[in-house]
Amino acid sequence: MRGGLWQLGQSITRRLGQADKKTIARRCYASDADLKKTALYDFHVANGGKMVPFAGWSMPIQYKDSIMESTINCRENGSLFDVAHMCGLSLKGKDCVPFLEKLVVADVAGLAPGTGSLTVFTNEKGGAIDDSVITKVTDDHIYLVVNAGCRDKDLAHIEEHMKAFKAKGGDVSWHIYDERSLLALQGPLAAPTLQHLTKEDLSKMYFGEFRIIDINGSKCFLTRTGYTGEDGFEISVPSENAVDLAKAILEKSEGKVRLTGLGARDSLRLEAGLCLYGNDMEQHITPVEAGLTWAIGKRRRAEGGFLGAEVILKQIADGPAIRRVGLFSTGPPARSHSEIQNENGENIGEVTSGGFSPCLKKNIGMGYVKSGLHKPGTKVKIVIRGKTYEGSVTKMPFVPTKYYKP
Amino acid sequence: MASRLWASKAASYLKISTFNFNRGFASVVKDLKYAESHEWVKVDGKSATVGITDHAQDHLGDVVYVELPEVGAAVTQGSSFGAVESVKATSDINSPVSGKVVEVNEELSSSPGLVNGSPYENGWIIKVEISDTNEVNSLMDSEQYSKFCEEEDNH
Repeated sequence: MRGGLWQLGQSITRRLGQADKKTIARRCYASDADLKKTALYDFHVANGGKMVPFAGWSMPIQYKDSIMESTINCRENGSLFDVAHMCGLSLKGKDCVPFLEKLVVADVAGLAPGTGSLTVFTNEKGGAIDDSVITKVTDDHIYLVVNAGCRDKDLAHIEEHMKAFKAKGGDVSWHIYDERSLLALQGPLAAPTLQHLTKEDLSKMYFGEFRIIDINGSKCFLTRTGYTGEDGFEISVPSENAVDLAKAILEKSEGKVRLTGLGARDSLRLEAGLCLYGNDMEQHITPVEAGLTWAIGKRRRAEGGFLGAEVILKQIADGPAIRRVGLFSTGPPARSHSEIQNENGENIGEVTSGGFSPCLKKNIGMGYVKSGLHKPGTKVKIVIRGKTYEGSVTKMPFVPTKYYKP
Repeated sequence: MASRLWASKAASYLKISTFNFNRGFASVVKDLKYAESHEWVKVDGKSATVGITDHAQDHLGDVVYVELPEVGAAVTQGSSFGAVESVKATSDINSPVSGKVVEVNEELSSSPGLVNGSPYENGWIIKVEISDTNEVNSLMDSEQYSKFCEEEDNH
């Protein structure tokens, strides 16, 4: 389903918001006033942000720069994103690690304090409830960020299991950081810019690491991570200091780091081969099918002990029936739900995300195909509006990642 | 059907939020006629040239692909004959008039950005031999279209 020109600019909202179709559909009856606003809302509007509804929030899809310009500038200089719609929370207590390990596939116990990882919350069938970046702050404190569109179901899921866990005498509690805002600073100028605003030596802080430090005069949670494939940070800042921090970052970069909206964020994460929950990963897709087997710790593969472990461990042993792959294609950009066929025109899967890559200047996409047809170089056909176009399976990321590693 | 219903409701709602940012005045051309779905048509006797408006290209952003019909294809007023893809979105292009496609702008295959850079001239999309010239009367003139865009933006 796609719109005419009269729906301009809305497709991306739909594309990005698929995780939350029901919520959005319900909100369609509501007015603008029902949308939540981040602490930076007025700042976005003052800077030319084009605000759209996203997962119940009013968020900038772009500013004055085009999505193409913003995407390229992020990789050449840097981008500042307001991602305060995402939900940060802490799990605390001496049993927080064993508690979380019941819900996610990561080897949380094996993480060194101050480090983290991408992980997946699974359901009983091994499907993904959400993906999340988790950090082990200390042995009795986990910090994590979950998707805006999944907030309600994630929190309900965690809460339900937390009640049962506590009833058996487990020591765990949570705090949801609604008083904080989350900013993402990404790109080659991220570290040099942020270094102007903190005394902490950022050259000693590597990808996946976490610190609680003073930035621009306020206590921030800093994680060296992101959703663009570039080096960068996510900064959890007290909401009353969020606008000042955003201004300081833009100023210290001498205007090279630009405010960047959800549109370019989607292009950037696609170029980096990263999943968008709701498109590329859903309740019925396992982390193995999604190509995230690397995120399932070695000890977890041996011991299981997380929801859906039987299904997931069997898939690791036998291989999954379908696999997430990267795609290049000719013709119009393939969008989600485009059919993928083999060379004989038989259905082998579906595109889950796709678009024109601003950096590569060609069509890229990702989707699921039957195992065996997942190898890079496999020729495929992609059906777009009834016509078939040539494509091929390719490795991801499409654009090399530049994570800051020792 | 559900997704269609959802999409139309979403669209009517999203319009409110998507367009309340005023991007300034998009240009219109006086002698053209305009459809509510943001295509323009230049009519000369039975011959019509069709494209998308400045307002449309501005909202779409960087156009990366234009799906063109075959020469000889029949087009119907208000029905889709092709599509325009930007980094951000896919949109149908509806024909403002009924008739037969007599020429397509082949240059768009290699330079889709002409739609952004020159929406009313080099970025034209198709030429149509009109079957019913009366249809043109149902379209808006430049003044009506400007007002229509303004209302849509500030809805």
